[in-house]
Amino acid sequence: MSAVMQPTGEPAGFDAWGDDQHARVGFFTDTSVCIGCKACEVACKEWNLIPQDGQEWTGHSYDNTGELSANSWRHVAFVEQEKPLHANGDGTTGLRWLMESDVCKHCTHAGCLDVCPTGSLFRTEFGTVVVQEDICNGCGYCVPACPFGVIDKRHLPAPDALPAFLGTKEDGRVWKCTLCYDRLKGGHEPACAKACPTKSIQFGPLDELRQRADERLAKLQEQSWNGAQLYGRDPDDGVGGFGAFFLLLDDPEVYGLPPDPVVPTAKLPEMWRNMATAAAALLVGIAGVVALGGRK
Amino acid sequence: MGSNMAENHPVGFQWVMEARERGAKVIHVDPRFTRTSAMATKWVGLRAGTDIAFLGGIVNYILQNELYFEEYVKSYTNAPVIIDEAYTDTEDADGLFSGWDPKQGQYDVTTWSYEGMETHGSAGQREEGFSPKGEQSGHGGHGGGLSHGEPPSEDPELTHPRCVFQILKRHYARYTPEFVAETCGVAVDDFLYVCEALAQNSGRERTSAFCYAVGWTQHTMGVQTIRSAAIIQQLLGNIGRPGGGIMALRGHASIQGSTDIPTLYNILPGYLPMPHTEEYGDFDNYVEANVAPTGWWGNFREYWASLMCAYFGPHATEENEWLFEHLPRIDDDNSVYWTLEQMLEGNVKGYIIAGENPAVGNANGKANRLGLAKLDWLVVRDIVEIESASFWYDSPEIESGELKTDEIATEVFFLPAASHTEKDGSFTNTQRMLQWHYKAVEPKGDCRSELWFYFHLGRKIKSMLEESEDERDKLVNLLNWDYPVHGQIDEPSADAILKEISGYRTETRAPLSSYKELKADGTTACGCWIYSGVYQDGINQAARKKPHWEQATHVAPEWAWAWPANRRIIYNRASADPDGKPWSERKKYVWWNGEKWEGIDTPDFDETKPPDYVPPDDAKGPDAIAGDHPFIMQSDGRSWLFVPQGLEDGPLPTHYEPHESPFENALYSQRANPRRQQHKDAWWDPYNPVADEEGADRFPHVLTTYRLTEHHTAGGMTRSIPYLAELQPQMFCEVSPELAEQEGLEHGGWATIFTTRAAIEARVLVTRRIPPVTVQGRLVHQIGLPYHWGVRLLTSGDSANDLLHAALDPNVHIMETKGLTCGIRPGRRPRGKALQRFLDELRSYATEERLEPEEARKT
Repeated sequence: MSAVMQPTGEPAGFDAWGDDQHARVGFFTDTSVCIGCKACEVACKEWNLIPQDGQEWTGHSYDNTGELSANSWRHVAFVEQEKPLHANGDGTTGLRWLMESDVCKHCTHAGCLDVCPTGSLFRTEFGTVVVQEDICNGCGYCVPACPFGVIDKRHLPAPDALPAFLGTKEDGRVWKCTLCYDRLKGGHEPACAKACPTKSIQFGPLDELRQRADERLAKLQEQSWNGAQLYGRDPDDGVGGFGAFFLLLDDPEVYGLPPDPVVPTAKLPEMWRNMATAAAALLVGIAGVVALGGRK
Repeated sequence: MGSNMAENHPVGFQWVMEARERGAKVIHVDPRFTRTSAMATKWVGLRAGTDIAFLGGIVNYILQNELYFEEYVKSYTNAPVIIDEAYTDTEDADGLFSGWDPKQGQYDVTTWSYEGMETHGSAGQREEGFSPKGEQSGHGGHGGGLSHGEPPSEDPELTHPRCVFQILKRHYARYTPEFVAETCGVAVDDFLYVCEALAQNSGRERTSAFCYAVGWTQHTMGVQTIRSAAIIQQLLGNIGRPGGGIMALRGHASIQGSTDIPTLYNILPGYLPMPHTEEYGDFDNYVEANVAPTGWWGNFREYWASLMCAYFGPHATEENEWLFEHLPRIDDDNSVYWTLEQMLEGNVKGYIIAGENPAVGNANGKANRLGLAKLDWLVVRDIVEIESASFWYDSPEIESGELKTDEIATEVFFLPAASHTEKDGSFTNTQRMLQWHYKAVEPKGDCRSELWFYFHLGRKIKSMLEESEDERDKLVNLLNWDYPVHGQIDEPSADAILKEISGYRTETRAPLSSYKELKADGTTACGCWIYSGVYQDGINQAARKKPHWEQATHVAPEWAWAWPANRRIIYNRASADPDGKPWSERKKYVWWNGEKWEGIDTPDFDETKPPDYVPPDDAKGPDAIAGDHPFIMQSDGRSWLFVPQGLEDGPLPTHYEPHESPFENALYSQRANPRRQQHKDAWWDPYNPVADEEGADRFPHVLTTYRLTEHHTAGGMTRSIPYLAELQPQMFCEVSPELAEQEGLEHGGWATIFTTRAAIEARVLVTRRIPPVTVQGRLVHQIGLPYHWGVRLLTSGDSANDLLHAALDPNVHIMETKGLTCGIRPGRRPRGKALQRFLDELRSYATEERLEPEEARKT
């Protein structure tokens, strides 16, 4: 609770691991080399035995997944634009197709973690944020607490069309990316990073990834890539920096991402103070009324 | 070009991305802006089916601006060779080469010969005049039958008017940038960008590579399209050099393997030609027709004998001519669409479909399903019940009433197959690399591998025919079928089979190291000469998995094994100059060290043959190839800019319109490939009217079909898996905003796309990625269709290939899926009787007899 009251810039709960703490790890997703193959989506589902998410054609370019949800922990967005890849216009085409594999940001200041009343959500020894499904009671507080709309309750379709293992009775708990916590414990990289053929999804110590990303951005800017920018790399942003951050080729809104995400609990200390002030004022007021009333 | 590598080879594409990161320009020329285009430095959107015009434009640009690699062209190609004086070009005869016989509908290739020589194919055909049908004419890089490997007439200065170089110049003179722009619908600047990029990145210090796939091959002039790239790469000196070449991106994990150890009707393992009833009367005749006096096909007899020893063990001997007279023969173009014709006429009793889905994947889907309904029996082996197995109760023809389940007499056996994780085996990929995979789990229930099926089927047939006195059963009884089996289901040992493919000494079973050890005396057996050595030293070389970062060079030869002889780049002698010195330090690959050839790859040359070797007059086989001629599979050791023999439709590629197109040919009266195979008067294969013919305006748009990353070919493997089905859950068409407006199509709505063959429906995806193009002064729209869908499985829909016709490339009988014409209208398609009426109306415009303008010309 104290961590909530005073955002420290460190991932809440990380230090509690003491000697068992590992170097904080995460993802750097470099969308400049994403070919939109969706191997990440499939590898994630296969490793984590996630149910299929509905056979609905969206007509939204090649993105039929739509968004991150309880049943989609990697989601590849496709944005078609009439804009060249490079701003210097030499020998390039006037069309580009942005592709981005979205994922839970494993925020430094994670709204979901902050509000969870049961302790189901916790910070792992790797600095990641994970839901313990045997504790989650499905209260859903975490769902609006996420600035990105990642964590979500699982709603399964009627099981008649599905083979048994996909249609098990689940009861509306919340689910999200675990950064393959079980694979990390085994010394492996997450399934999506392993499957990605072009190393768009890079896994490793967060410090190292941030440095790599800075170098990558510098290179792209040198080559006049239109709109190249890092998203979530900055530890001073509204969630204290993402554990899984991105190199985008346009503003976040273009990809359906919030441009300036802020963890909702960031205002909590101020809200408590305001409340304390208001409560104090109320008490003074009541006292005053009582005192005045008492003079009769 | 002609491919979508990021889409269909996402894992292989990582290396293109690596190259891009190191500064390589990635250029994608394609009617659509695809996932490959998204990663490319430059995308050029051309009209589907005009690749030869575009590539021909590049050839002309190189020649006119003298950007060719002169020394390479003079020394290593047949540019200096003088051609027969009776040869005339398409430029002389309005779209036809010399030797065209309108009655036969084929070419007499005699006039295409080298002057003073009757050139012979190295293997596959040796005919005066008419070449045999089928792929035999082209396989394996066959050269002319030339004594001591040198053509009799050459001009080393490339000035003789009838030398190949000058013929090339004349042939391509009209492929100007303006012609390319007008025909392909591209901007002149974009075309010139590609030309410049290629030219600047080729030569001693730099090389450029082409990657292509069925965007080039699946056309009625498919082979000639690849030939166009071959000419460019020869002129630029990019063949046999690192970072150069022309890579075929194959459409299936082991489709290369399935031509190497073939599933094709007309070739045997290692591209040995199937004997034909007419052409090869006896064994000596057959060998004579296929052995080349010079080059590595000179050892034809050794390859053949060793294959027969593998098949028949000690029963095949030199004395009985390796059982040649008993072997089955082909008697015609017995290819897939020929067989389909026979099926429709009721001439085919039984059919086995293994790991394929012709009801969805073949051209002209309806004809295929009607054909299946005419069989007596059908066996389908697959991992799920595919449309080809269920046609008798759920095909579109059942829905429309054209077929009725209880009237179909075909007895269908659906046998479940094991998947790749449930069996040992190899894949041979696009790089000729064999990679072994191991069984991870036992197959479930009755699922069985191909090896199990064919081995036990053969075993049972053999025992049933054991007592037979019938002459035609003799060979079955002589088959060497003695493979070890293991496990609970008696799975044959894939390992043992690989050993046999690699070859062994018959007496000792000792493994062979290479095809050079093969003999024609019964002492060697080898299931496939090009694979010989894959089990060298008794080790499964294909199973080697040493990662490249643990190996000495980037060639990384210790990962798996590539044929032949683990060479990673073939013809790599061309990476060194005629003196054996690398063209540049930067691009060194193999070189002559004074005593032998060495390098970072296995040299594709006689190890001890010096660069200045001149073959003596009586030299035969490989010895007849000079020390400065790298193209050792050709009889003259040169690469062929001009192909004197081996192709059905010309020694040089020529721009022809696709079989169905909205346009006349801008260069010639001869509109389309005169040699293309058509099913004229075939009720099952009507053709859309074209260009200015009556009714062509009902089919005004260019149609192209293609793949998506999320699905695989005809969908059996992917439409049945929820995780993949949900990524692309519905059949859709891609149309431009302009076309949508013109035809009243709504994004997210439905459209009906139609040809004289069929009408299908699809969801509408309006996108800027498939723009209209301006050709011959008018705008033409293009429509894109993925071809993965069929009527059943988790995600189902209409099949794009129902729209296709079955006109074929004459060399390889491949259908034209990549450029044809169609109409489109909003809304779902008609069904039942209404569908029949709709199609009848369209077919009233169909051209059955394809009368080309030139048949009305006087010659």
